[in-house]
Amino acid sequence: MYSEKVMDHFENPRNVGEIPDANAIGQVGNAKCGDIMKMYMKIENDVIVDCRFKTFGCGAAIATSSMATEMVKGKTIEEAKKLTNKAVMEALDGLPPAKVHCSVLAEEAIEAAIADYYERRGETYEKKKTCDGCCGNCSGH
Amino acid sequence: MNRFVYLDNSATTPVKPEVLDAMLPFLREDYGNPSSIYKKAASAEAAVAEARSQVAAALGAKPGEIFFTSGGSEADNWAIKGAALAAGKKGKHIISTQIEHHAVLHTLQFLEKQGYRVTYLPVDAEGKIRLEELRAAICEDTILITVMMANNEIGTVQPIDEIGKLAREKKILFHTDAVQAIGSLEIDVEELGVDLLSLSAHKFGGPKGVGALYVRSGVRIETLIHGGGQERGRRAGTENVAGVAGLGKAIALATEHLAEKTARIRGLRDALIEGISATIPDARLNGHREDRLPGNVNFCFRYIEGEALLLRLDAKGIAASSGSACTSGSLDPSHVLLALGLPHEIAHGSLRLSIGEQNTQEDIDYVLEVLPGIVETLRMMSPLYPGN
Repeated sequence: MYSEKVMDHFENPRNVGEIPDANAIGQVGNAKCGDIMKMYMKIENDVIVDCRFKTFGCGAAIATSSMATEMVKGKTIEEAKKLTNKAVMEALDGLPPAKVHCSVLAEEAIEAAIADYYERRGETYEKKKTCDGCCGNCSGH
Repeated sequence: MNRFVYLDNSATTPVKPEVLDAMLPFLREDYGNPSSIYKKAASAEAAVAEARSQVAAALGAKPGEIFFTSGGSEADNWAIKGAALAAGKKGKHIISTQIEHHAVLHTLQFLEKQGYRVTYLPVDAEGKIRLEELRAAICEDTILITVMMANNEIGTVQPIDEIGKLAREKKILFHTDAVQAIGSLEIDVEELGVDLLSLSAHKFGGPKGVGALYVRSGVRIETLIHGGGQERGRRAGTENVAGVAGLGKAIALATEHLAEKTARIRGLRDALIEGISATIPDARLNGHREDRLPGNVNFCFRYIEGEALLLRLDAKGIAASSGSACTSGSLDPSHVLLALGLPHEIAHGSLRLSIGEQNTQEDIDYVLEVLPGIVETLRMMSPLYPGN
């Protein structure tokens, strides 16, 4: 049911773990629904020099987390803000319809970390959209 | 890495070679329709009759009480809808449990839309119903009690004989979904006081797409599949002769030397349960420790999710299943695990390993070698795991 790329990122996830001196941390999802993604970033001069994750969730949740960290590492904040769930899915050669929701969570986890970065600096950041986990819009998850 | 260990025998089982041999003639030369009059069809008719006797013998029933169906789901649908429709003015109340298979639960939900009332009995933390709650749920217009013999996910076995006694005393029809129980538990419909019993061939070494409903003689239920006069006019459709022959052979094999076979499987089960409990912290055994199917092992591993666990096991050649939302196709984890009182986040991390006749001690050793590392790796990845 999963593409080879999804399986590769699930079996050999990139960037797993925490960053001790992270200056941006974001968490989305909830345990009740079965997935939580937590992103850690080290941002220097508006560039994401390191990005790591911890995820509680299914194979797709772990694979999208892994791919999303790869896609934002080395990017500027402005570039990372443009990351979409669609881009994560495409990079993974697609996801089954029931798992699209995981790519949305990955996009939101990246955004949550960036929002945290702004907040820590006392700047305001307007989020694109929010997901508190169980709105049911991703029915079939 | 070529090793393959199949531990999903509650999902389905491999067809036994003797079963396949019993089926093949009816897919080749003996293609006659059992309803036909000429000699070519005689062997098909005889095969159906023999299978009926074999199923009856396995249940302590009479051949005339066995009706072949397309499987367990049809048998459940027929028993429940058939009993409800036949009850007429006698009543519209049915008693069941919260942990039934969807073939029963969704059938009951359908009847609720038609104006029937259903009481879904809760279960205790180990998955057992309480008899006093069943007794208290009985109303004047209760027409049917339907309680599964053994649960497909957690393996808990219900006190079917006591339910049967109560049903008899109150003169209420009693149906049991015994799909998981054949070949695992001793079954005698007389001793158990069961009026209707569903079974499915592929759960005990037979082919998919064939099952049976036991209907106690004298019990009237409405017909579900209308058409020709097959199955004494109560279930239409040309017989699945090869499937029925396979079912007959499979049930005969599954129920012979039952005590020795289940003792061996129970030993493997207990070794697996003890091994997991000893090597993996925060692992919770689901279901009753004693009154459980001989081959059922079901654990929740805190802080991780079931589908990820299944994929990692699959990569190591181990086939298992989970009650996580991601494998059930809904937002919620298994209704059975939730009925035990488990919180969602723990229910998401469930793993069912179901042992069958083909499994060996080496299979169990291999799981115990591989599983703790997989659980640990996934936990190290989990933001919920406090051990990090």
